[in-house]
Amino acid sequence: MSSAWRTRVGAVSAGVVLASCLASCGDGTGGSGPPVLTWYTNPDAGGQAAIAERCTAAADGAYTIETSILPRDAAAQREQLMRRLAGGDSSIDLMSLDPVFVPEAAEAGFLAPISDDLQQSLTEGIAEGAVQGATWDDELVTAPFWANTQLLWYRESMARAAGLDPAQAQTWTWQQIIDAAASQDSAIGVQGTRAESMTVWVNALIESAGGQIIENPDAPVDEISLGIDSPAGEAAAGVMQAITAAGVAGPGIDNRDEAATADLFEQGGVMFATNWPFVYAQAQQGAEQGTVDPAVFEDYAWTTYPRISPDQPSAPPLGGINVGVGAYSEHQQEALAAMECIVSPENQAAYMISDGNPAAALEVYDLPEVREAYPMADVIRESLQTAAPRPQTAYYNEVSTGIQYTWQPVSAVSDETPEISEQFVLEVLRGERLL
Amino acid sequence: MTAVTTPQVELANSPRDKRRRGTDRSRQEARLGWYLAGPAFFILVLVTGYPIVQAVYDSLFSYRLTAPGDREFIGLENYGVILTDSLWWEALANTALITLVTVAVELVLGFALAMVMHKVLGFLRPILRTAILVPYAIITVVSAYAWQYAFSITTGFMNAVVPGVPEDFDWFANKWTALTVICLSEIWKTTPFISLLLLAGLAQVPEDMHEAAKVDGATARERLFRVTLPNMKASIMVALLFRALDAFRIFDNVYIMTNGAAGTQTVSSLAYNQTISRLEIGLGSAVSVLLFICVLLICFLAIKVFRVDLARARGEN
Repeated sequence: MSSAWRTRVGAVSAGVVLASCLASCGDGTGGSGPPVLTWYTNPDAGGQAAIAERCTAAADGAYTIETSILPRDAAAQREQLMRRLAGGDSSIDLMSLDPVFVPEAAEAGFLAPISDDLQQSLTEGIAEGAVQGATWDDELVTAPFWANTQLLWYRESMARAAGLDPAQAQTWTWQQIIDAAASQDSAIGVQGTRAESMTVWVNALIESAGGQIIENPDAPVDEISLGIDSPAGEAAAGVMQAITAAGVAGPGIDNRDEAATADLFEQGGVMFATNWPFVYAQAQQGAEQGTVDPAVFEDYAWTTYPRISPDQPSAPPLGGINVGVGAYSEHQQEALAAMECIVSPENQAAYMISDGNPAAALEVYDLPEVREAYPMADVIRESLQTAAPRPQTAYYNEVSTGIQYTWQPVSAVSDETPEISEQFVLEVLRGERLL
Repeated sequence: MTAVTTPQVELANSPRDKRRRGTDRSRQEARLGWYLAGPAFFILVLVTGYPIVQAVYDSLFSYRLTAPGDREFIGLENYGVILTDSLWWEALANTALITLVTVAVELVLGFALAMVMHKVLGFLRPILRTAILVPYAIITVVSAYAWQYAFSITTGFMNAVVPGVPEDFDWFANKWTALTVICLSEIWKTTPFISLLLLAGLAQVPEDMHEAAKVDGATARERLFRVTLPNMKASIMVALLFRALDAFRIFDNVYIMTNGAAGTQTVSSLAYNQTISRLEIGLGSAVSVLLFICVLLICFLAIKVFRVDLARARGEN
């Protein structure tokens, strides 16, 4: 091959590569086809990718949805999304967002507005807590997708042996389960690691005692008033102290998250555990695959979150994921249409069955396939209706991390913890402390 | 006029001035050196200098990434907040402790490994060198996860292996045991690096000196302390400096193993928390500037007080 020929071939090849890149890389449309929407999802068992495929097919060529996976940890998901949105990243068309970070994103103008009509249709038949978690400044800024809640999981035979009546399980208090665990020389699976799960626990305890972490979440940062140093905060600290004093915290509490709690419960290391409903699907799969003793799985029982006092219903933790549209997306109309498709009750039901994450739409719990997969569907629905969201504030990260710093390790929680925690969080919010 | 100019010409051509300005050839070589290294040097200054200047500038503001409109000049207030916070001093103490312990242990272990690599002959040499270098080839995050899993109360096996440790002992729940695992992981990972630097120093010690010492009846211990170590002082100091700077910026191991819990926060993780987690660019930049000043202090101490000569370490003397 002559030198001139090689040069011509090289030039043509480079031209072809350049032209194809210009055609397909530049506008995010995949050439002259429909716009390609990128949906940043939290890691799951593949359910969101399946929904993306279904919605792409349903769009009939109006748009294509591709998924891109965010980090595993909720805080890391927020870090990545906020940094990229602060940089005006137009590739974020759709995002799966933890409700606690919605105010921060909305306040910063990172979420595309949703029309009144769409707001109306996105909130019909949705659990109240999930709607609250999707709202900021009286406007729905994201669409509730799934709405998690924690239940109390227990080993039925051991609870009976401890003298507890499962028929009365919904009225069980923390003190009752602490005493029962101590009597059986067992433990309670709570999450004591320095992570979001610690805030989930503290918030649920304070809310169950009739208090709230932030008393005026809409106030400017320097006027925020906290309710940690309160009778409710003292009750929350009292539960943790009682767990430590009774020796029922179980092994490795200071580094135990939800996954470790689920493993511990499967292995019989604890007789009670507060955890999300994914534990059931996980144990069922383990029993089928032989990693979990089938007798242990058969002994699984569940009820609503434990109470602080016998005469006051608990306020279970509320979690979940919302779907938002990026304010810098170049295809906002298509993204809003895709969001409506993603959060449809049909997709929520399919996602609940495939990935074990409870739907935000209450009608889903009446579907026979959901009730078959989740024998505790009614308990989840009831829990969702009484669940209390974590503080809705644009400074959630500071509040949550401040709580994690001051309430961990659980064994060090004392009568002074609520006061120390409130003071610390306030100083952090005022920019007077490091985190 | 002539009387005035002549001495100047003589001065310019004096041997002393020639030594100062160098010969034509050396000047040409210096120029060539700048032509070759200049672009890289300027790019390096740009990519390191710009962020440093930007960080110093940002550190003077109250500036949150999600609220750019509320940005406000506050002078040195961020530094005041940091330096009066016990968390900063705890993080600084942890970082200094990790640096001291790991560098000291790595120096001794690294020297022993360097001696082994230097002395072993034949087909074993490449195998041994590769085996010793394997930990250094592993990404720090991967190594941190491996150590965390090994010591974890749920997935770990160390409680079954280490004598006298209870089965349900949580290494990461206590500051000192957590720091011990962090230091062990750091030592395992970076000892090969220090041993490589020391191996280069060992290779520079002339064999003649050893033979002369042997002839004079010096024992192995005397040869080590009187011949080997003094002749590789420059290499040792450079290895110490490089590792100390590296160790002082420790982040990955702490982030993976404890995320700063149980009082194991370090200066780098503190900077990360303010800048990346809280998105407080001003406060985080101030922590980063203080970290930079600490690193500069270590360099100053090493170069001025301990007289580390980087040129000698390169074998230019």
